[in-house]
Amino acid sequence: MPTIDLEITSLREFNKMLHELAEGTNDTYFRVVNPRGRHAIAAGVDAPITVEIDGNAGYYCAGMNKRANIIINGSAGVGVAENMMSGRVHVKGDASASAGATGCGGLLVIDGNASSRCGISARGIDIVVKGSVGHMSAFMAQAGTLVVLGDTGDALGDSLYEARIFVRGKVNSLGSDCVEKQLREEHKEKLGKLLEDAGLAGEVDPSDFRRYGSGRTLYHFHMDNLEAY
Amino acid sequence: MCGIIGLFLKNKALEPELGTMLSGMLSTMCDRGPDSAGFAIYGAGDSGHVKLTVRAMSPAYDFASLTTRLSEAIGSPVSVEIRDSHGVFTLPESAEQAARHFIESLDEDVKVVGSGTRMEIYKEVGRPDAVAKRFHLENMAGSHGIAHTRMATESAVTTDGAHPFSTGRDQCLVHNGSLSNHNALRRQLKRKGLSFETENDTEVAAGYLTWRISQGDSLGDALKHSLDDLDGFYTFVVGTEDGFGVLRDPIACKPAVMAETDDYVAFGSEYRALAGLPGIGKAHVWEPKPATVYFWERH
Repeated sequence: MPTIDLEITSLREFNKMLHELAEGTNDTYFRVVNPRGRHAIAAGVDAPITVEIDGNAGYYCAGMNKRANIIINGSAGVGVAENMMSGRVHVKGDASASAGATGCGGLLVIDGNASSRCGISARGIDIVVKGSVGHMSAFMAQAGTLVVLGDTGDALGDSLYEARIFVRGKVNSLGSDCVEKQLREEHKEKLGKLLEDAGLAGEVDPSDFRRYGSGRTLYHFHMDNLEAY
Repeated sequence: MCGIIGLFLKNKALEPELGTMLSGMLSTMCDRGPDSAGFAIYGAGDSGHVKLTVRAMSPAYDFASLTTRLSEAIGSPVSVEIRDSHGVFTLPESAEQAARHFIESLDEDVKVVGSGTRMEIYKEVGRPDAVAKRFHLENMAGSHGIAHTRMATESAVTTDGAHPFSTGRDQCLVHNGSLSNHNALRRQLKRKGLSFETENDTEVAAGYLTWRISQGDSLGDALKHSLDDLDGFYTFVVGTEDGFGVLRDPIACKPAVMAETDDYVAFGSEYRALAGLPGIGKAHVWEPKPATVYFWERH
C-alpha cells in the first residue's frame, strides 16, 4: 500500500511507476499526498488499481484513465478524467472546466459542482454531478450520459449528437438543437442504475429528472442550411 | 497562456508578510508566463502625498540625481525608494502634474508607470521568480497586491508589454487572454484623445477602463461595459486602492480560481498558485463565474 508524497517523489516518476505496473501486480492501492494542484496526476493509467489523492489536483488529473479507480479527496482542475476510456473517477470536491471532456467510457462522479463545458464532446463516458454544472455542458456530446442533480448553466447540450442528459434542477437555457424529451421507464431504469453506480441508490428518485437529447436537426447535411456551412 | 495572481489581506497582522506570500504565489506561475513579470503592491501612503513609480531602462540610472532635480523643479521635498530599475518618488499630491511634466520633458530613458496614494508598480522582462528577486518583492509589506507572469502572444516581449498596466490613480490591470478587437478599439480611443505606447492588447483594455472612468463610470460599471465592448478571451484582475476586482469573459476559457479564509482573499490562474498559502486546506475555494464582476475591498 504505497504512499507517494509528491513533495518527495516527482510527479513524472510517480506516473511512470503507474504506467509500468505489471499485469496482476500486488500493488493495487496508491495513496498520494501533497498534490498541491500539480497537473496530470495519475494520467494515462491502464491497470485495475485504486489511486487515492489527498488534496486538490490540477489539470488533467486521471486523464485517459483505463480500468483504474481514482479518488480525489479534494477539488480537481481543468479536464479531470478527460478522454477516460474505462474505470471510475470520483471527485469529492468541485471540478473545474471541461470535466470528462471527450471521454469514451467509464464513470466520472463529482460530489460538488462542475464548471463550464462539463462533458464537452463526450463519446461514451457517464458523468454524474451531484451539484450544478456551468455553461455549455455536454457541448457536441456524441454518446454517453450526463446526469446533473443540481442546475445547469446556459446553452446546455448545444449542438448535441446522441449523448443523453438528465437534470433534476433548473436548466438555465438549452443550446441549439437540444430539446426536452419524454422520460420513459427505460430511461428511468438506466438512470437508476447509473445513480446506483454513483453511490446514490435509494437517495435520489429517477422520476425527479427531466431528459434532454438532440433534436437531430443540425448534424445531418441539410440543403436549406448551405449558407451556414 | 499567462498567469495572474491577486492577494487581499483581511487580517492586518499579515501585512508585513504580503510580499513573501505574493512572491511564493508568483513563482508557481513561472511556467504559465516565463518571459516577463510584474506586480503592483498597495503599501503605505497618506492622503497628502502621491507615490510616482518611475521606471528606468537600467538599474544603473542615477535616481538620486533625478530626486534632487525633481525636488528643485517642483519646489517641494521629494523622497525616493530605489528598487533595481524602478524608483518610487513620494511628493506632495498637489505637485503630481508638475512632477509628471518634468519627468516627461527629460531626454532620459525614464517614464512614469503608475501613480497613487498607495500603489507601486514594478515590471521587467525575465523569469518571474528572477524579476521578483530583483525588486525584493519578498520584503514588501502592504494590504494587497496583484501580479502577472507573461507568455506574450499579441505583441513583443518588452518591459512596456509586461503587466500590470495602470488605468488611473491607484488602479491597475493584469490580463490573461487575448483581445481580438484591440486594434479597432485602440483607433477609437486614440480619437477620444488617449495615447498608447505599445501594440499590446492589454494596454488597450487598460485605456478603455481609464476612458470609461473618465466618462463617469465607477470601476465596477467600467468592467461591466467591457463585457459589451471587448471581444476576445480575458480574465482580468484589477487593483484598486482598497482591494481588487475580478472579471472573466462570458465564455471563460481562461482559468481562474479563488480562495477565501478569515485572513485573506486570493486569486490564482491555477490552484497551484494558492497551494502554499497559510490555512489553504481549510479555505473556501471556488471558481469565479463568467461575465460577473467581483470586488473585495477594505471598509
